[in-house]
Amino acid sequence: METAGHKHPNYIAIWVWLAVLTVIEVGVAFMSALPKLVLMLLLVGMALFKALLVAMYFMHLKFEQRTLRTIALIPLPLAVLLVLVAITEKIW
Amino acid sequence: MTHAHATTADMMRAPYPAEPGAGIYSNKLGMWVFLASDVMFFTALIGTYIILRFGAGTPWPQPGAVLNVPLTAFNTFVLICSSVSMVKAFASIADGNQKGLRFWLLMTMLGGAAFVGVQVFEYIKLSGHGLLPSGFTDGSTLAEHAAGDPVKYGLASAGLYGSTFYSMTGFHGFHVTCGVVCMTWVYFKALRGGYTQQDYRGVEVIGLYWHFVDLVWIILFTIAYLI
Repeated sequence: METAGHKHPNYIAIWVWLAVLTVIEVGVAFMSALPKLVLMLLLVGMALFKALLVAMYFMHLKFEQRTLRTIALIPLPLAVLLVLVAITEKIW
Repeated sequence: MTHAHATTADMMRAPYPAEPGAGIYSNKLGMWVFLASDVMFFTALIGTYIILRFGAGTPWPQPGAVLNVPLTAFNTFVLICSSVSMVKAFASIADGNQKGLRFWLLMTMLGGAAFVGVQVFEYIKLSGHGLLPSGFTDGSTLAEHAAGDPVKYGLASAGLYGSTFYSMTGFHGFHVTCGVVCMTWVYFKALRGGYTQQDYRGVEVIGLYWHFVDLVWIILFTIAYLI
């Protein structure tokens, strides 16, 4: 039985992305020139992109079958709904 | 049987007995269902934080005023590195490399333990400076600073700040600690040759948990320390 290796994603490239984005995040967080709202959106956007990289490449969701991706995605709209309902509680 | 052209997708569909319908082996399916429930757990914590912070109507401590951001940024980097070492352990055993599996699992354990150690150090320092879940303690360094600059240190929100900070980071730290304990078990099993190229389910399942913990921290670091 020949046991040559699998073709793996470039994990080191993902690690570099994550490390560089973390440095940029810390740098951006202390740039007072940006308006608060822009800063928050930028930081949350970068955090979500980093989280996406981890999920897609380290947790291998990019290479998984559709059933598993669905299971992984199910809580996300529920999570958004939970927060939105709680935030808009005063409206109800 | 030749694996020379096997892809990552093939690696994800290793020939384990699969759950009917789902096509995923039960350990992995169970872990994903648990992670889905854990997403809701952390959503409750983060959602509560958002509501309390933005509903407080009083200034929140500015980034870096109370917390040591450079130290935690370093700790974030440590956790990211441990996530890479975990995926390298997984890739090693998928290629039948036992030595690589053991080395990278050890690195992951050490990374996780270092993260928890730094977090404990941070808690000791913070409580020493006066930040408790109830707010700033009377007569502490932070209370004195906050009295001099109540907006920068978010004096009026100190109680909410302390309770949400310790709740979110504490529960995450608990997750990391559980991960290190489980990783130790996996590591000792790996030392005994308990995983093979044909069956590395335990490595994949603990890996999923570990990466999830990393993913959650990426979000928590941003909202608790940088915003």
